[in-house]
Amino acid sequence: MDDRQAQNFWPPLAAGIGLGLALMAMFLFTGHGLGANGFFTRTVVWLSDIANPVWAEVNAYFKPYLGKGHPLNEWISWEIIGVALGALVGSLTARRFQWKIERGPRTGVPARLALALGGGVLTGFGAPLARGCTSGLGLSGGATLAVAAFVFLIAFFSAGLFLSALTRRIWQ
Amino acid sequence: MNFPLESSGMLAVLVAGFFFGYFLEVSGLGSPRKLTAQFTLRDWSVFKVMFTAIVVAAAGLWLFDVIGWLRFDALKIQTTFFWAMAIGGALLGAGMAIGGYCPGTSVVGLFTGRVDALVFMLGMLIGTTLFAANFKALQGIYMAAQGPKGQTLAALTGLPTWLILLSLAGLAFAGFRLGAWFENRDGGAISAGELSE
Repeated sequence: MDDRQAQNFWPPLAAGIGLGLALMAMFLFTGHGLGANGFFTRTVVWLSDIANPVWAEVNAYFKPYLGKGHPLNEWISWEIIGVALGALVGSLTARRFQWKIERGPRTGVPARLALALGGGVLTGFGAPLARGCTSGLGLSGGATLAVAAFVFLIAFFSAGLFLSALTRRIWQ
Repeated sequence: MNFPLESSGMLAVLVAGFFFGYFLEVSGLGSPRKLTAQFTLRDWSVFKVMFTAIVVAAAGLWLFDVIGWLRFDALKIQTTFFWAMAIGGALLGAGMAIGGYCPGTSVVGLFTGRVDALVFMLGMLIGTTLFAANFKALQGIYMAAQGPKGQTLAALTGLPTWLILLSLAGLAFAGFRLGAWFENRDGGAISAGELSE
């Protein structure tokens, strides 16, 4: 590893400009922004319809999604495939790809995985409630100057700052 | 030209997604330690990258609108549902502080080799199932305090869009300055080398 060290990250300004241009291009071509959580919602609908079709088909939240079949019929699934490839290419070319369970120095593996699961549950519940996630509502909504996006972002950063008083020991 | 082209071409979406994932990775936002360090104010990458992207994309879309190549009203602009978005946003902030990711960055995390991102994704599937199972009971909050359809900051404040853009750019600039101060105090932003140790 020593002679092939990981390259450092880009300056945030440069990466932010690139991300902004990609986001703008997405709007120009499709009329909507980038997203992420929609993929997980579609996956839940698809899995639920396989595991328990009786329950899934009467569920009011799932109703608009049903009958659309496999998640690969949706644009957001293709976008997520792109995200995965982009992350893979970025990390491999800069030698940053590394199999690991990333955690703070004082947090053991079982605790880290339990926290990842718990944080995921909160996120999986919060994103459909907000009708979007950090990308779909915060970033893409922000680009259209939607009031909705700024309500979301202010709540997102406030809760994160507040909770980090309790969780900073996990990470540092 | 008359944007948006409203092409649902999967290739265009795949390419845009590729650059989305690429720029998140190169800015380090696939790392839960870097993401959560925003909330401890040690590393301001999340704020810097997000706000730069918002200002660049918003200014670009505004310019296209000014020169008449874009029908801004044909873009998807979300309507505010105040309480659902405030509570949902707070839950995502909490989810990131505890779990280390948001939905998009968990994909980046997994495809840079982080196995904990996969566990976070499993949690998201559980959380969304819980949300759907309780959807009827949540209807009140879900629909509460609905704003005007597709309301923008310009519509809310009555200010011209260029002034809103200028204010957001000013906010981003202030964030960069404040961030630099905090980062210098705490030994700099988290580097790739630090994460691979």
